[in-house]
Amino acid sequence: MASVISEVATRTRTRSEGPPTIELRDVTKRFRTPAGDIYTALRDLAFTVGRGEFLSIVGPTGCGKSTTLALVSGLTPASAGEVLVQGRPVTGIGRDLGYVFQGDVLFPWKSVIGNVSAGLRFRGVSKREAHARAREWIAKVGLAGFEDHYPHQLSGGMRKRTALAQSLITSPEIILMDEPFSALDVQTRTLMEDELLDLWSATSASVVFVTHDLEEAISLSDRVCVLTAGPGTVKGIYKIDLPRPRHVSEIRFEPRFMELYREIWEDLRDEVLVGYERAKTHV
Amino acid sequence: MSSVALDAAVLAAKKKVRRHRQLVIVLRIGFGVLLLGSWELLSRTKTIDPFFFGRPSAIAQKIWHWATVGSPDGSLWNDIWITVEEALIGFGLGVAGGVVFGIALGRIRILAEVLGPYIKAANSIPRVVLGSIFIIWLGLGLPSKVALAFVLVFFVVFFNAFQGAREVNEDVIANARILGAKRRDVTTQVVLPSAMTWIIASLHTSFGFALVGAVVGEFIGSIRGLGHLIAFAQGTFDTNGVFAAMFILAVIALGAEFLITALENRLITWRPTRRDDVAL
Repeated sequence: MASVISEVATRTRTRSEGPPTIELRDVTKRFRTPAGDIYTALRDLAFTVGRGEFLSIVGPTGCGKSTTLALVSGLTPASAGEVLVQGRPVTGIGRDLGYVFQGDVLFPWKSVIGNVSAGLRFRGVSKREAHARAREWIAKVGLAGFEDHYPHQLSGGMRKRTALAQSLITSPEIILMDEPFSALDVQTRTLMEDELLDLWSATSASVVFVTHDLEEAISLSDRVCVLTAGPGTVKGIYKIDLPRPRHVSEIRFEPRFMELYREIWEDLRDEVLVGYERAKTHV
Repeated sequence: MSSVALDAAVLAAKKKVRRHRQLVIVLRIGFGVLLLGSWELLSRTKTIDPFFFGRPSAIAQKIWHWATVGSPDGSLWNDIWITVEEALIGFGLGVAGGVVFGIALGRIRILAEVLGPYIKAANSIPRVVLGSIFIIWLGLGLPSKVALAFVLVFFVVFFNAFQGAREVNEDVIANARILGAKRRDVTTQVVLPSAMTWIIASLHTSFGFALVGAVVGEFIGSIRGLGHLIAFAQGTFDTNGVFAAMFILAVIALGAEFLITALENRLITWRPTRRDDVAL
């Protein structure tokens, strides 16, 4: 019975009819290292993300997870292959895009409201309107009353909430997240994950969520994509047929969750070992 | 611990902090008195030659005399104003130039690559020597001193602004671009505020340089100003006069430092407050 419910829930949630929102066609990305060598970060990477879908990318350190997001966002061009967003090749930074970075990238000289309203201000919205909408978002992420605080006056969790509001205020159709919660303590992290699901469920946005934490990936996603150790390419993509709405703190105890975890971990473990060995020889 | 005991502990801790502060103040004054007192004493007992080393009381008298009766140039206040005016104009132009060029070269890579070596070369010239050239070019008046103060200030601010523009977190810039910032927005709203800490830090040293530029300029060739006062005192073997002018310059520099710190605190409210364990 549980599986029937979960299937219905997944189907109503994944609105992936029509062309994919994001499509990578055999994308390769090479960098020139400071020493002048060529380093291949990604090789023939191919996957799609449907409209309203939540896809996580997991893989060992240095497999090109962050690079994948940089390619989708248009921050950096692909060396070969094609990146399509809403059916069109990516040529520059997409307008309809939110990006939550791994590190602290709030503007330290702007207050919370200044940070949250920045995206609207850059897009030419009047200060008055931008601030009004920022206030709503600040309340939405639970920071009402902290509008005039500067980032250094906030805790790590509060800074991440601010960053979420900053990225989501423009109602992007695509949300890219690069290990956004990896610097948070475990409790704060679970809270933030639940909050993210709440915020996302109210939108039709597609999410690409990069993480090294398989538990996090499974609890949040519709599908999990495992990358190989660098140069990264798709090792396997798994459908996560767990019901929504989910509670991240509870879902981890579901038998199906553990099954999925075991199955994906089988795949991931080999890559992690390869990545680990490689990291050791580099040191 | 009961709340009463806790209150007592807090009070005791506060008292200890206050005590320490008082002690520091007393020791500071004591050190000054000791320094000036021994100078005065050694000079009065002729252990050191008062002709060469002067004497604090005579220096104070000198300043009093300049202030009330008049300096060799006429009015001490006029001397002070002239020097401060030269330093301020040179400082203002130097800061503006340094910030504009520093940020421009920090943002436009090709500019930095082409001009970099020239700027380094220009910086390696002992710039005080330029004072002589400026006097030849611009004459004995204010412009030659402003020019010297300018070149001294410019390079300090330039290198700081340049470094500040280069040190901006790449991800913060990427974030701004994703949020819709154009190149211009990135420069004015990300790079400039981010480099501001560097720029303001450079203002502390560079106002001192502006004063040096003005005074040295006057020293090399002028008819007024504190530098001229020093040159005049030197010419008449008036040790106390040199010290007196030096003291006045120190007061001006300290006043400027105070104003710059106030400006810094106003402009960079977003920075975490520093814990001033040792306030220097």
